[in-house]
Amino acid sequence: MTLLALEDLGKRFANGVDALSDLNFQVSEAEFVSLLGPSGCGKSTALRLIAGLLAPDHGAIRWQGARPELGFVFQEPTLMPWADALANARLPLDLKQGPRADSEARASRALARLGLGDFLRAYPRQLSGGMKMRVSIARALAASPRLLLMDEPFAALDEPTRQSLNDDLKALSREDGITVIFVTHSVTEAAYLSDRVLVMSPRPGRVKSEIVLPAGPRDRLSHGFAESQARVAASLLEAA
Amino acid sequence: MMRALNIVFPLLLGIALLALWEWIVTARAIPPYVLPAPSAIAHALIQNFGSLMQSLLSTFIVTFEGFIAALIVGTGLAIAFSQSRLVERALYPYAVVLQVTPVVAIAPLILIWVGFEHIDAALALIAALVAFFPILSNTTLGLKSADFNLVDLMRLYGASRWQILWRVRLPTALPYLLSAMKIAGGLSLIGAVVAEFVAGSGTATGLAWRIVEAGNRLEIATMFAALALLALLGIAIFAAFSVLEWALLRHWHESALKPQR
Repeated sequence: MTLLALEDLGKRFANGVDALSDLNFQVSEAEFVSLLGPSGCGKSTALRLIAGLLAPDHGAIRWQGARPELGFVFQEPTLMPWADALANARLPLDLKQGPRADSEARASRALARLGLGDFLRAYPRQLSGGMKMRVSIARALAASPRLLLMDEPFAALDEPTRQSLNDDLKALSREDGITVIFVTHSVTEAAYLSDRVLVMSPRPGRVKSEIVLPAGPRDRLSHGFAESQARVAASLLEAA
Repeated sequence: MMRALNIVFPLLLGIALLALWEWIVTARAIPPYVLPAPSAIAHALIQNFGSLMQSLLSTFIVTFEGFIAALIVGTGLAIAFSQSRLVERALYPYAVVLQVTPVVAIAPLILIWVGFEHIDAALALIAALVAFFPILSNTTLGLKSADFNLVDLMRLYGASRWQILWRVRLPTALPYLLSAMKIAGGLSLIGAVVAEFVAGSGTATGLAWRIVEAGNRLEIATMFAALALLALLGIAIFAAFSVLEWALLRHWHESALKPQR
């Protein structure tokens, strides 16, 4: 079932830059879709339009029913430095003003799922880059979103940290049946995580090609994965 | 250990300098109406202790009232600026004019307007005028320094303007505000002293007035005693704000954290 459809979406910024033009794609319920492309191809802009943080100049986003609960993860952890991990993860729930004890329980469960059960009272300054990103993901998951938007969340992390976060993200999003739209410029990451990769080309940004990857678990060392990666890389080269 | 030395060394130096001062005054037989010895100043302080404490309290109250007024108006205006570009554009130039005009120059006017019958209010107003600008300008900068993405995230979760202000902008501005408060605390003391000088005889009762009065009577030791109390008040204000800053920022702000070595 289709969760959302972007129809001829276009955005031109006040400085005259055509960020996106005639962007069209659909995302199904519980699907993991990556937007892959070089910097400046409008990936982040597309994500912000979907989130409603920007308004399109033309075109529309059609939702299946009402717009679902959203989560957003930025490239930076974007935490409140004055609040501990628990208070950071609780933020979306606090804003909804549900019962405090319930918010607390949900936020600490989300942190525990990301392996931070022992760091509820730690301040961002005391955490490593990878752990901060885990708090950021826990914050997004604490609100039980149906759609998770991620804007190059692991771009600044080292490879082992990135791989373990990829594994956790994949497991958690599958477990909760969350739809994920994941912006990245890493071929490996896109091939590892996604059900489908949309390759974008720059100026103005639009979808150039689409790669549907084989379903099922992936092994980074397998021949099949190497093949998927090669297919994605080839499309990226073609689009540029 | 290092902390103890931080206190012991300046203390020893202070004692040595006072001893040197005492010795020079005695050895050279410098008359007390030019430079009194530290012992004479201490004597004057003890002799006039009650009335000097009264004056200290009076100056402290004016400083405190002026500071609180500056804090409320400064942060209030900064919040208004952060919420509306229009308000900022309209008012900011006037705030700058207020800052660059030497307040000593308008102090007599303020005294006339507020009236000598409300002398304390007039003094506090002058202290507030001197102290208010750093609070306004620092807090405005702090409120604007909030992480854009964090503000976007708040919007995404449906936060209101006030929730964004309360949960993101104000905490971001807190280190800026605390730093401004340290400056403004000292400035409001300066403002209070200047105001007392201008207010002059009979009405003001603070330490600055005591300095003028003692000067007129050539009681130089009393002058020094009042000056020493003013310095102590200034140090106490600075120390109090430093402690407040440490207490509020120690968990999270870069300025309060020591790198591991």
